[in-house]
Amino acid sequence: MYRFAPRLLIRGIAGGSRRSAAPARPFSTDLPAAPTEDATFVEAWRKVAPNVDPPKTPLAFMKPRPSTPASIPTKLTVNFVLPYQSEIANKEVDMVIVPATTGQMGVLPGHVATIAELKPGVLSVHEGNDVTKYFVSSGFAFIHANSVTDIIAVEAAPIDHIDPTLVQKGLADFTQKLNSATTDLEKAEAQIGVDVHSALNAALSG
Amino acid sequence: MASSGAAVPFWRAAGMTYISYSNICTSLVRSCLKEPHRSNAANREKVHFAISKWSNGKPESPTIRSDSATE
Repeated sequence: MYRFAPRLLIRGIAGGSRRSAAPARPFSTDLPAAPTEDATFVEAWRKVAPNVDPPKTPLAFMKPRPSTPASIPTKLTVNFVLPYQSEIANKEVDMVIVPATTGQMGVLPGHVATIAELKPGVLSVHEGNDVTKYFVSSGFAFIHANSVTDIIAVEAAPIDHIDPTLVQKGLADFTQKLNSATTDLEKAEAQIGVDVHSALNAALSG
Repeated sequence: MASSGAAVPFWRAAGMTYISYSNICTSLVRSCLKEPHRSNAANREKVHFAISKWSNGKPESPTIRSDSATE
């Protein structure tokens, strides 16, 4: 099936370029807010039952997408949540640095809307001269077009809650397991152990 | 869309799902915490549930699983 993939892709690209320059699907951040009521339904209702107000549809109960502000806001609003508690809620900060799988990513107000998968690493929240650092086990960061950043993680701890001796021991254990692993699954688990402990180590020393 | 081209992460290539990967990372991080935080974290990992298999429209006797820090 995938032997034809290059041909199909070229056909799609060539077909796309033959159309007008406007993209076939606009980005979700460029769309106007969805209308809260269906105009044709309301008109048809009024024709049939002019004295009764048309019922509200589910779309009317939904809050509209927050609009992208025209000028770049000065502060970033951060929400950092864990399954068992909310660490940071609606805090206005200058910058956050998130440990994305593609590397440490700095998020400033006005950052393009992004969804980033996080790897085990250090999350730092910068507010003026204060920096608060957390070690995050894994999770996601959603940066919205209106400079609201939602970071969700399964477990996060301030750096001073981490015990260096346990980290060194874990790193030595897993490096040894990685060398002696046989099946793919064992190798993957050992590799995860090595990655997490190296990240913890780097967090403690960095 | 990556059909056969994109590099999959090593854990997915080994047959692990993202949730398992994330849970393993989390339990490793929890095991490296200092003492009062470590026991608080261990409490979060406890699960307690009862499973009963159904046959012929009737539940058989339930097995109760109460694990702490499952792998």
